[in-house]
Amino acid sequence: MAIDMSNAIGVEVPASEQVPGAPGELPPDRRRGFQLPALFGPGLLRAGVFAVLGYLLGHWFGNLLASGYQQVTNSGDNNTSIILGYLGGTIGWVAGIGVLAYPLFKMTGKEELLAPQRRAGTSRYFKYTLDHKVVGIQYMVGMIVYFLTAGLLALAVRTELLSPTSHVFGPGVYIEIVGEHGTMMMMMMTSVVVGPFGNYLVPLMIGAKRMAFPRLEALSFWLTPAAYVILLSSLWLGGFPTGWTGYATLSIQAGQGMDAYVVAFGVMAVSIILAGFNIIVTVINLRAPGLTWGRLPVFVWGVMTTSFLMVLATPVLFGGLYMLAMDRTVQTSFFTDTLGGSSYLWENLFWFFGHPEVYILALPGFAIVLEMLPVFCRKPIFAQKVAIAGMVGVSSLSFFVWQHHLFDSGINPDMRPLFMLTTELISIPTGFIFLVGMGTLWKARIRLTVPMMFCMGFFFNFLLGGISGVFLSDVPADTTAHGSFFVMAHFHYTIMGGLLFAFFGGLYYWLPKMTGRTMNQRLGKWNFITMFVFFNSTFLPLFAVGELGQPRRVFEYAKRLQTLNDWVSISAFLLGFAILLFVINLVWSMIIKPVATVENPWHSRGLEWQTTSPPPPGNFERIPIVLASPYEYGNPEALPVSDLLSPGRAPVAANGANTPTGQATTAGPDTERTS
Amino acid sequence: MAPDTGRTEERSGRADGVRILVIWLILSAICMPLVWFVWGPHLPPGGLSDQAAGQRFDNKVLGTVATPVVLLVCTFIIYALVNWRQDGDDIEDGPYITNKVRWSGWWVGITTVTVLCLAVFGTYELENNNGAGSGSGPSPLFAASGPYLPVQVIAQQWRFTFRYPTYGGMETTSLMIPAGQEIQFNVTSLDVIHSFWAYQLGVKADANPGVNNVAFVKAYHPGKFNVMCAELCGLWHGAMTADGQVMTKADFVAWANRTEAQEAPVTKLLPKYSTVYAPDETGAGGTYYGPQYPVNP
Repeated sequence: MAIDMSNAIGVEVPASEQVPGAPGELPPDRRRGFQLPALFGPGLLRAGVFAVLGYLLGHWFGNLLASGYQQVTNSGDNNTSIILGYLGGTIGWVAGIGVLAYPLFKMTGKEELLAPQRRAGTSRYFKYTLDHKVVGIQYMVGMIVYFLTAGLLALAVRTELLSPTSHVFGPGVYIEIVGEHGTMMMMMMTSVVVGPFGNYLVPLMIGAKRMAFPRLEALSFWLTPAAYVILLSSLWLGGFPTGWTGYATLSIQAGQGMDAYVVAFGVMAVSIILAGFNIIVTVINLRAPGLTWGRLPVFVWGVMTTSFLMVLATPVLFGGLYMLAMDRTVQTSFFTDTLGGSSYLWENLFWFFGHPEVYILALPGFAIVLEMLPVFCRKPIFAQKVAIAGMVGVSSLSFFVWQHHLFDSGINPDMRPLFMLTTELISIPTGFIFLVGMGTLWKARIRLTVPMMFCMGFFFNFLLGGISGVFLSDVPADTTAHGSFFVMAHFHYTIMGGLLFAFFGGLYYWLPKMTGRTMNQRLGKWNFITMFVFFNSTFLPLFAVGELGQPRRVFEYAKRLQTLNDWVSISAFLLGFAILLFVINLVWSMIIKPVATVENPWHSRGLEWQTTSPPPPGNFERIPIVLASPYEYGNPEALPVSDLLSPGRAPVAANGANTPTGQATTAGPDTERTS
Repeated sequence: MAPDTGRTEERSGRADGVRILVIWLILSAICMPLVWFVWGPHLPPGGLSDQAAGQRFDNKVLGTVATPVVLLVCTFIIYALVNWRQDGDDIEDGPYITNKVRWSGWWVGITTVTVLCLAVFGTYELENNNGAGSGSGPSPLFAASGPYLPVQVIAQQWRFTFRYPTYGGMETTSLMIPAGQEIQFNVTSLDVIHSFWAYQLGVKADANPGVNNVAFVKAYHPGKFNVMCAELCGLWHGAMTADGQVMTKADFVAWANRTEAQEAPVTKLLPKYSTVYAPDETGAGGTYYGPQYPVNP
């Protein structure tokens, strides 16, 4: 296979700009001409100021345009000014952080005026930095913050549901919290793996120096805080009453908080599309020589199939959001039945995006788990092609199942058998993942490290999540389960029990690579055990709660269900403490008492471990030549994975142990005794 | 390949395989009858109506089919974690097995057949009345075999009302239906999307503005049931409930005639019975579109 290396070695990158990951090769500071005062230099401060100014400008313009509209004078709500305000704020934010400087200078032929951004130290993590490793860390911190925010909102929901009749919140506040929790989780967590691990690890795993489009990569991250703030700001505007699904016509009837949902989801949609696009181009073009598709790590395959879903499905959401924004501002009637529109249109557009979206939230979990399994089983991945076929199959089929969300809606009732069939067909490629997992475990030499525990937890949780999905695909059984807590338990099993367990496992596994510091393994084990127990104790009873007749998103429920709901709420609080253990471990091991990791602590053959932790600015001393699959454990004749010498030491042995003296094996975090 | 250990690996592999298979078969032989005979009859949503019983049957079948699948994966993982562990500092590699085509073939074959059987089963159940409780649009394939009683369910923020076209179009706030007769629910909404969920009857149909969504039910015997909204519809979604009751046929006719007479002065003021109602500027949309807004452009 011909591999174009020109991008990988940075040939096309002008010398005057920041070459991502290679500041050592940069020319000296050639900044001349005007010098901006520090306050106006690109950075968080300028971004904040510009965002506020952009919001005010947009808001003013919206008032100018629309304050005379009939519905504005009637209702007193000027949605145009809010939406334009948010858009102006977003543009101000990205301009302030420095996204627009390069395009503007390039367009006006003044690019040599741009100072090379020679950055090191902590401040680069707060700036528009083009190094994929910095963006990966930014994404990771961002995603953890978003996850914790939405998780706290979930605890608020469970607090309210402690009692069927006495209330902590009013119904309005409750609906706002439910909507914020759901939207924050579904929309921000879309990038929970592709953002941190995709951006950080894909270039390392494919032997590249950087991502294909570093500016888009950095932009895709810097849009996420904007989306986060806009979504949260909805609470000041009265929130939105629709949950994450945003069903019309409720979304058209809703107050100004809904505008925040529209813009936040739209901004995040752009970020998702850019991130996915970047990953696809990177994997196709920047693979190191010798890295054939057959040798490509399963993680990269998984992230790439996810990226295809992101690029192909998200524009449909964006289109739907645009129509919703038009309906809310300039009185189009895409979703108004009496005026030629249809509320079914939103349901179709939303779920055409929404179902691939839930696989965007499942596939990276498969990818992480299948990547880690061979390392801790000390065996090659079983039937790698079946694993890839499974991920490609799931992602392709996911475009043909969306109407199973609408079985009771009265839309296309005669098509229900077809959607029932396609939905159940998805079990086949999903089953491939279980086959590969079980085949890899077969006769393995399992090392039950913390990441491996999370893998095992993933399989158990995803099994229950997947099986419960079969009940939902069967129309008669779905008649009871639809719209109830059963559905809610189902997708928490697949997304939280699946994706997030894999994400946490991935953090324990790759944080040493990303930071050079190792997580405390004993605390990690307790983190896993408590998380696994309380996760199941929270969500397993919810299947019963749903089947016994509790609809989703209610703040009052039947008194007979109080015991179950209280059990769930208390378990949820304990689950919160389990996740707090992770936060404590993270802060302790990364910041307060960092313990330096040994090179290749897990004895992985993966290419990402054939360089220092964290990797140097260019990732590798040179572009490696890939010689073999990363999963050749147990094959004494296998070639090393690449021609690189492992960092400062002997060539990498076939089993991934790069120190013949065994000093790494005695000090690796996975071998730390917990007794 | 590691040729020297290959044969012993294979032999011990067969022993492990047989052990896992036996454990799995025993567990399945114990659990499947438990699910079918012990748990099955108590599965939701109960047996008040033909449709609820049909859904319970589907839950029973799916639960029984799912049991061995869950047991297989769990047995395998636990067996692997117990028997194939290594601890300590010396890391030993496992056997070099990259694929076993026969395994993959069997796995793909069995899962495909199971899934296709489930899809055929689901389709049969759907078309054979058991899916009639779910909203099937304005002209459903399923039609009641005998004479049926039409009942309209009108959802609006945040309550359900029920109209009986055969009793002068009277409107009530509780849902009364006769036992032993086919009921045709015509579900519609005046504002946003709701979902009419009569839990014990096994009926769920979205209430869409401007759409008549039809569902059928036939209740076996008198009893009470709960009506809830199952689609988020705004502020008081959680409180959007109504009472329902299945009565004997004679009781129902007596109740209906009495109520029709009682409510006649009110019924006179209601809009004429129709399968859908177009909201106007005085509806739940409030003044959003304004009084001059053309309802039919």
